[in-house]
Amino acid sequence: MALAQVERENRLPLAYVYTATGALVVGAIFGLLQSYSRAKAFVAPGWFDYYRMLTAHGVLMAIVFTTFFICGLSLFMVYRAVPRERSLRLGWSGFFVMLFGTLMATWAILSGNASVLYTFYAPLKAHPAFYIGATLLVVATWFVLAEILENVVYFRRTQPGMKLPLVVHGAACTFIMWTIATIGVAIEMLFYLIPWSLNWVPTVDVMMTRMLFWYFGHPLVYFWIMGAYLIWYNVVPVFYGGKVFSDGLTRLAFLLLLILSTPVGLHHEFMEPGIAAGWKWVHTMTTYGVVIPSIMTAFAIFASFEMSARAKGQPGFIGVIRSLPWSNPAFCGPALAMVLFIFGGAGGIVNASYSIDTLVHNTMWIVGHFHVTVGGPVALTFVGAAYWLVPALTGRKLWAPKLALAQTWAWFIGMLVMSTAMHWAGILGSPRRTDDVSYAGVAAAHAWMPEMIMAAVGGTILFLSILMFATVAIGTRFSAQPNDQPVAFAEPEPEAMPTPPAFDRLSAWAGAALVLAVLAYIGPVHELIAMHPYGAPGLRTW
Amino acid sequence: MHINRVERIWMTFGIVALVLFLGVLATAAISEGIIPPSHIQTIDPAKVAQTPPFDNPGVRKVGDKEYEVYVVARYPAFRPPLISVPAGANVTFFVTSPDVVHGFFITNTDVNMMVVPGWVSSATHVFRTPGEHLLLCNEYCGREHHYMYGTIEVQ
Ligand code: HEM
Ligand SMILES: [Cu+2]
Ligand SMILES: [Cu+2]
Repeated sequence: MALAQVERENRLPLAYVYTATGALVVGAIFGLLQSYSRAKAFVAPGWFDYYRMLTAHGVLMAIVFTTFFICGLSLFMVYRAVPRERSLRLGWSGFFVMLFGTLMATWAILSGNASVLYTFYAPLKAHPAFYIGATLLVVATWFVLAEILENVVYFRRTQPGMKLPLVVHGAACTFIMWTIATIGVAIEMLFYLIPWSLNWVPTVDVMMTRMLFWYFGHPLVYFWIMGAYLIWYNVVPVFYGGKVFSDGLTRLAFLLLLILSTPVGLHHEFMEPGIAAGWKWVHTMTTYGVVIPSIMTAFAIFASFEMSARAKGQPGFIGVIRSLPWSNPAFCGPALAMVLFIFGGAGGIVNASYSIDTLVHNTMWIVGHFHVTVGGPVALTFVGAAYWLVPALTGRKLWAPKLALAQTWAWFIGMLVMSTAMHWAGILGSPRRTDDVSYAGVAAAHAWMPEMIMAAVGGTILFLSILMFATVAIGTRFSAQPNDQPVAFAEPEPEAMPTPPAFDRLSAWAGAALVLAVLAYIGPVHELIAMHPYGAPGLRTW
Repeated sequence: MHINRVERIWMTFGIVALVLFLGVLATAAISEGIIPPSHIQTIDPAKVAQTPPFDNPGVRKVGDKEYEVYVVARYPAFRPPLISVPAGANVTFFVTSPDVVHGFFITNTDVNMMVVPGWVSSATHVFRTPGEHLLLCNEYCGREHHYMYGTIEVQ
C-alpha cells in the first residue's frame, strides 16, 4: 500500500491521541489543585470554586482523555490490520463532532454554568450546552463503530473464510459494547435532561435518570479496561518478542466483556431508595461474572511472559522478570500498570459486595479505588503505549526515552502513594467530592487530615509525571530521526485446535449482549415506572 | 480450542472463589438480614415541609428501645442538625430531600445512604457506646456541600 495513504490514515488516530493528551494535562492541573485543597494547602478562589474544577477533572479525565485515546487506538489497529484504500470522511466527521461536543461541554463547565460533576445527577440543573455537548461527544463515537464495522465487512468480503485479525475482533467487541452502553446515556440526555434543561418540561424523574446513567456508567469502566486489554494482549508482547498466549481465549475474553459489562450498573446504586434489594443482588452476581475475563487476562499475560522467557532460556519467576525489556518505556508503562491492576482488582471485588460497600460508599476509598483502576492500570497503559503509538503514527523516533522511562515510574509511585492515602482516608470516613473535609475540626476529621496530605504528596508526583509525558509527546512530534520501533501486533501462539468460528459471529454476540442488558433492567425500570414517582424541578446550587 | 491444563486449574480456582464470595453475601442477606438500604416510598418533594412526619423532623420514641428519627436533608443543612439517641436502642432513620440529591453518612457506622428528592431513604442502626458521631452529606449538592453536616449524640 502506498506510503502516502498510510500517512494520511495515521493523521486521524494522531489527532485523537493528541486531543487525549491535551485533556490529560488540563485535567491534571485541576487534580493537583483538588488534592491541595483537600489537604488545606490551597483555597480555591471564589470565581473558580472547587466543584467547577472537580467537574472539569472528572469530565476531562474519565470521559475525554479515555474516549479519545481508545478511539485513536482502535482506529489505528483496524487501519493497520486491514490494509486497503479507504475514505476517511466518516472517521474525520466523527472526530470533529466529538471535538465540538467536548469544547461545548468544556465551555459550560469552565464558565461556571455546569458545576454538576461528571455524573451530572439531576436535579442539579446545568446549562443546556453541557448536556448537548456531552451528548455529541458520546454519540459521535458511534461513527468509530461504523468505521470499524465497515472494515469488518470489507475483510469478510475480500478474505472469505478467514478469521478476523485479533485486533479487529477486539476493537469491534469494545465498540459494540460501548455503543450498547451509550444508548442509556443518549436516552437520559435526549428524553430527560435536554428537554428539562431547555425548560420544555417542568420536572425530571430523578431515579430514572440515575438508573439510565449507571446503565452507561459501569460499562464506561469496562470500555476503559477493554482499551487497556487491547494493548496488553496485542501490543505488549511485541516489546519482548513474545506471542499472544491463545487466539481463542483472547477472543473469548473480549466476548465475555461484551456481553457481561452492561447488566451490572445497579451496583452503583446499592445505597439508593426505590430499588428493591433483589435487583441489587442480581447485579452483584453479574458484577462478579465480569471478573472472569479479567482472571483469564491475568493468566494469559503471565503465560505469554513465561513462554517467551523460556524460549530465551530463562525459566522461573526471577528469570521471567529479568527477561523483560524494562528499559523500554512503552513496555514499562503497561507492565507497571498491570501491577497496579492487582490492587485495583482486589479493591473492586470488595466494593461489589454490598455489605462492605456500605462502609465505603462515597468515601475517599472510592476515589482511591478508581485512581488505582482507571488512573493507574488504564491511564498508565495508555501513556506507556503512547511511547509506541506516537512514533508509529508520526514515523518519528521517540524523543527523550530516558525521561519517558522515568515518567512511567513516577506515575507508578505517585499513584501508589496517592491512592493508598485515599483508601485509608476512606476507611476513616472521609467523604469524596468535598472541598473542605475539616468539618470545623471535629475529632473524626482530625484522623484523616494526615492522609489528605499524603494524597497531595502523591498527587504532586503524579502531576510532574503527566508534565513529563506531555513533554515527550510534544518532543517526539518534532524529533528528526525516523521511528526505530516495530509497528506490528503480536501473533498468536500456534495452537493444536482452531478457534471456534462462532467466536467471530459478532452480530450474534451483540444480540446476546442486548438481551442480557434488557433482562437486567426491565424489572427495576418497570417497578420504577409503576411507582409513579414525583418529578423534581431542579435548581442551580452553585 | 484447546485450554491449557494450568489455565483450567486457575480458572476453576477463580470461579470457585467468586461463588464463595456470592455464597457469603447470600448467607449474610438471608440469615443476618444484611441487605443494602432499599426502602421504597415516594413523597412529593415540593410538599416535604407539609407532609407529616417530615413537617416536624426529629427523634420519636416508638417503643421500648425503639426510636425513629425523621430528617430533612435540605441544601445546605440537615434538619435537625443535632440528633440525640440512647445507646443500645434500635434507631431507624427516615430521610428525604426537598431539593437535590444528598448523602446521609454517619462516620464510623454503616449508616450510609443516598437521599433522593421524591423518595424516602431508611436505615436502622444500634449505637453500642455513648459518644458523638459526625453526620455528613457525602453526595455533592452544591457550592456549600462541605458545610452540610450535623452531629449524632449517643447518650
Ligand atoms: C495529577 C494527577 C491526578 C491527581 C492529583 C488527581 C486527584 C484527584 C482528587 C484529589 C480527586 C477527588 C476529589 C474529591 O472527591 O473531592 C479526584 C477525582 C477524580 N479523578 Fe483524579 N487525579 C489525578 C489524575 C486522574 C486520572 C489520570 C484520572 C483518570 C483517567 C482521574 C480520574 C478522576 C475521576 C473520575 C474523579 C472523580 C470525580 C468526581 O468525583 O466527580 N484522575 N482526582
Ligand atoms: Cu462500577
Ligand atoms: Cu452535599
